[in-house]
Amino acid sequence: MTAPIALRNVGLTLGGKRILDGIDLEIARGSFTCVVGPSGCGKTTLLRLVAGLVLPTEGEVQIGGTRVVAPRRDVAVVFQDYGRALLPWRTAAGNVSLALEAMGVAPRARPARIRDLLGRVGLAEHADKFPAQMSGGMQQRLQIARCLAQQPEVLLMDEPFGALDAMTRQGLQDEVLALVGDSGATVFFVTHDLEEAAYLGDVVIGLLPHPGRIARQVAVKLPRPRDQLATRELPEFLRLRRELFDFMRTAEA
Amino acid sequence: MSGLHALPRALAVPALLLIAAEAAMRLGGGTTSDALAPPSAVARALAIGLGDGSLLAASLATLAAAIGGLMLGGALGLLLGLLFGTVPALARLFSITVEAIRPVPAVALIPLALILFGFGYRLEISIVAFAAIWPMLVFTQSAVAGVEPRLIEVARALRLPLGARLWKIVIPFALPRIFVAFRLAAGVALIVAVTVEIAVNPLGLGYGMTMAQQTLRPAEMLAYLVWIGVVGWVLNVALLAVQRRAFGRFM
Repeated sequence: MTAPIALRNVGLTLGGKRILDGIDLEIARGSFTCVVGPSGCGKTTLLRLVAGLVLPTEGEVQIGGTRVVAPRRDVAVVFQDYGRALLPWRTAAGNVSLALEAMGVAPRARPARIRDLLGRVGLAEHADKFPAQMSGGMQQRLQIARCLAQQPEVLLMDEPFGALDAMTRQGLQDEVLALVGDSGATVFFVTHDLEEAAYLGDVVIGLLPHPGRIARQVAVKLPRPRDQLATRELPEFLRLRRELFDFMRTAEA
Repeated sequence: MSGLHALPRALAVPALLLIAAEAAMRLGGGTTSDALAPPSAVARALAIGLGDGSLLAASLATLAAAIGGLMLGGALGLLLGLLFGTVPALARLFSITVEAIRPVPAVALIPLALILFGFGYRLEISIVAFAAIWPMLVFTQSAVAGVEPRLIEVARALRLPLGARLWKIVIPFALPRIFVAFRLAAGVALIVAVTVEIAVNPLGLGYGMTMAQQTLRPAEMLAYLVWIGVVGWVLNVALLAVQRRAFGRFM
């Protein structure tokens, strides 16, 4: 079976500036890959390449064996700035509906799908609220619901919890693990939070800047399902955490 | 509502001014003037004008021309604004043309429009339409060009076709600002319509006011003036109410 995400010698130069260089990467179907690295290392750009929002100047990105030349509906993107990524004039139900409309789901079939999707992210009671009436965590849940509406093979998440407080973030981490566990989607998750990367991922990829390149690829051998307290106390988690912090320290030096 | 609380006090100044004007007119000789009339005479003229239907008929004529021109020019401005806002290359192509035509005062086109259309609604509507294009065009263009880039990316990620992108993302995003432009254009439309009537066109409130002035009936002339103010005020209040109702929920 072909890897759902494959990058072959991918490079990107924008305005004479080398952003990413020689990226070779294969991501296994159904796996959870986290990308970390100091700011300016091109993590977000790497995600945008996989999304097809930016095209590489060298090499190629493949999803499911076909070259990515534009965004695809089976690849969903969760942006960090949920406040800007939602339609403020549509209710929660309306925002989820946007994805269904794009997918060509018949109007009659939409309400049931919307109810189901909002229920899966815990927003069943808030279908008629506008984003401005929701907390940050709820808005990000809503964006995730909209992405799930695409029934994605690949879920790309760009620092999705970066703007949320610690308690909300931990809750959402577990929700995302449960959701992708159910859907079987392949996840590509960019974060600057090293513990988050270790807690969520099967693989953690470390990038180095100037130009952005892959410097480290760490397999995470922590048992699933993961638990906010038990997992974070395991010796393997602490070792991993140490390894990633050491990597970041040398990367930023 | 502090606004309502302050109302009696805010009304005190205009009331005093009216009383002072009335007193000055009566004490200042009491003779008839060709230019001025005491507020009581203006009020009487206003009541007569409203009673015999002449003011309402004139209002309908002016509003018909203003609204007709507003719809015509507004639609054109909206269309061009959407086009220029979504296709920057087109905006650049037409920028010199637009910048050359835009500063022409709408009322300076009266002689030209008079030759083309003669007296009547078509004359007035064409001038109002010319004036209404610009606020709609400029505001719509900048509102559309300023659509949240993240939402454009969401649309791209969902592969929304161009029509859906415009209809579901760009226009709703720009709509509150487009409506502000419409309010501005509506104000301009009324001003220009009355101006055209005062200058040449024999219909509506502006013409009625000019006739009253030329036949030396200052009370009636001032009654028209007060009534034009009322019409403009009502128009603005009504559009503001629509704006709050339509966009208040999520803004």
